[in-house]
Amino acid sequence: MTHFTKLLSASVLALTAGMASAQTDITVAIQLEPPNLDPTGGAAQAIDSVLYSNVFEGLTRFMADGSVVPGLAASWDISEDGLTYTFTLQSGVMFHDGTTMDAEDVKFSLDRARAEDSTNAQKGLFADIADVTVIDPATIAVTLAQPNGSFLFNMAWGDAVIVAPESIETIASNPIGTGAFTFTDWVQGDRLELTRNDAYWGDAPALESATFRFISDPTAAFAAVMAEDVDAFVGFPAPENLPQFEADPRFQVLVGNTEGETILSMNNQMPPFDNVLVRQAVSLAIDRQAIIDGAMFGYGTPIGTHFAPHNPDYVDLIENSSHNPDRARELLAEAGFADGFTTTLKLPPPSYARRGGEIIAAQLREVGITAEISNLEWAQWLEDVFKAKDFGMSIVSHTEPMDIGIYANPDYYFQYDNIVFQAVMEKLNTTTDPDMRSELMAAAQTLISEDYVNGYLFQLAVPTVAKAGLNGLWLDQPTAAVDLTGVSWSE
Amino acid sequence: MSRNIALGGLLTALFTALALVSFLYTPHDIQTLDIPNKLQTPSGTNWLGTDHFGRDILSMIMMGARTSIAVAVLAVGIGICVGVPLGLLAAARRGSLLDEIIMRGNDLVFAFPSLVIAILITAIFGPSAINAIIAIGIFNIPVFARLSRGAALPIWERDFILAARVSGKSSFRISYEHILPNITNLMIVQGTIQFSLGILAEAALSYIGLGAQPPTASWGRMLADAQTLTSIAPHVALIPGLAIVLMVLGLNLLGDGLRDLLDPRIRRARA
Repeated sequence: MTHFTKLLSASVLALTAGMASAQTDITVAIQLEPPNLDPTGGAAQAIDSVLYSNVFEGLTRFMADGSVVPGLAASWDISEDGLTYTFTLQSGVMFHDGTTMDAEDVKFSLDRARAEDSTNAQKGLFADIADVTVIDPATIAVTLAQPNGSFLFNMAWGDAVIVAPESIETIASNPIGTGAFTFTDWVQGDRLELTRNDAYWGDAPALESATFRFISDPTAAFAAVMAEDVDAFVGFPAPENLPQFEADPRFQVLVGNTEGETILSMNNQMPPFDNVLVRQAVSLAIDRQAIIDGAMFGYGTPIGTHFAPHNPDYVDLIENSSHNPDRARELLAEAGFADGFTTTLKLPPPSYARRGGEIIAAQLREVGITAEISNLEWAQWLEDVFKAKDFGMSIVSHTEPMDIGIYANPDYYFQYDNIVFQAVMEKLNTTTDPDMRSELMAAAQTLISEDYVNGYLFQLAVPTVAKAGLNGLWLDQPTAAVDLTGVSWSE
Repeated sequence: MSRNIALGGLLTALFTALALVSFLYTPHDIQTLDIPNKLQTPSGTNWLGTDHFGRDILSMIMMGARTSIAVAVLAVGIGICVGVPLGLLAAARRGSLLDEIIMRGNDLVFAFPSLVIAILITAIFGPSAINAIIAIGIFNIPVFARLSRGAALPIWERDFILAARVSGKSSFRISYEHILPNITNLMIVQGTIQFSLGILAEAALSYIGLGAQPPTASWGRMLADAQTLTSIAPHVALIPGLAIVLMVLGLNLLGDGLRDLLDPRIRRARA
């Protein structure tokens, strides 16, 4: 009996001890597994999701609200002509392998990213850099070929993080950065583990270790969260299950914005979509709200142009393409397609595309357009639609921040070629005056909206399901990232 | 025995009737979506409720029955039209090199798991109902070729065939006029079983997105669409699932019953 009491009190003690100190590890699930671990070499968003801010840092960085703040650069001076940025680096920054981070590493990283043979997925970010000069180990000057109003913004991207020449060889499998967490292990197909970096230069994170898991199947995702196998799921794939989590006191649901403009893209060089009347008819035939309700179960903000509605420069142009099937039929008749036409609708795997595609096909049928659906895997979609441009219409979410510039590239897969728009973008790139920039961005948004380049559907929402008591996760996704540096458990 | 035929026949007839009626009438139009009315439970207006796009599930089941039956009928048709002549030819030339080539070729196709063939074909030629039919049809060929050869061989040894040969009939004519009628019962029984497998294969292909493409209704895709909805609207997944189960059960019962009734080997054993 005494023995039993002792055991009981011991276990009670152990229990209360466990309750007193908060949990210091976390298991986070995301949908897709990164193909490699080099954010400066691969295009996959999943690389940034796992490593951005956690393992790798850039000169500047995005905060949860999308603002750009100093990162490895403690401060900077911009010359009068807007051409030279002189960065003063944080002192005492070490890479995870023990080497110091100094101006030479910054020069190496920027030169590597903008080199001819660079495999950086966003080379455009570095296109304006003319020269990078090391002034002393803590100071570096970047000279631009022309003023670029978004240079500091560009340097915050995951593709612009600072890497070291000592560890660059094996970066794809063993990433060495300066961040608050060090990479420990990657079991491909299963999980990736991070451990707190005790030599971190900034504020130490509350978490001691973190595990990323990769679950793309919506049913498995639901089961994993329900069974509490994961502490948080960032980008939960099945919006229809969110109300259940909301009703469950064990969980909290955060529905934030992404930079993902979800569009019905049209092949602007292929008849009949080379005719603006046809594109307008398609845009008017679509009922956005029905798509948001039907495909996303109500999660998503309608958009009228290719711009994020939470951006202060967003112009509400939804009226240009509000649902009007009668007018759509008139426009089709005007364009010479009174009896409608048949085209293809090629859909990538995400549910917004597959479900949205069925809804759009039904809505287009109402005005006489037959859209033949074919469901493609991502690799096939990239090959057929994105590279070969063999498609009539497609649905995809463009998740890069501030990516309206893709409309200035006539080779981009939807092949919009408008000299006026290209001139506006060119002017925007060389303008630093904020008011002038706002005006130009508004002009650009209006141009593509009134040209009905694509059908603008909605801003993709990112639902995060987390256990109650977990604080500090990002609500919005200004860039693809699961930043764990500010995450903690409440006691 | 007769109970099997009765129950199996009833279920098969029910779904066939649903499919036929869908050509003339469905309670609701499934081409127009009614999203505000989604995931309704069964009611007076929607007898089986509505799916995630607000479409009437009963109408979807009727249209889906049409797809399932059409795919299975055509696929089994391919199997019979190609497989039976191959089998008869092999039996007529038994022991020859031609026989070897035909039957080993069939073994080769048979050795592949049927669904893998289907995935291969739809991966190369793109997903569509036609490609699903061809894929399911191809793996039906060796089934009928083997069965018809096996059934034809003992008949070739019978006296009336000898009589036909003595009267100067060619082996092709004998196969067509004397062998084929004697193995028809067997083919009907096997056809019924293959038909149920065809329904299952179509549902499986559609489930993984390789069968009939939207907006064509398909039970397999209804199931796939309903997968994440099972916890909030279980009927959306249960109903197409039940439709598949009942249809396949019906065909299997019917096949069993018909075999008891028609298969000469079993009939002889019983006598």
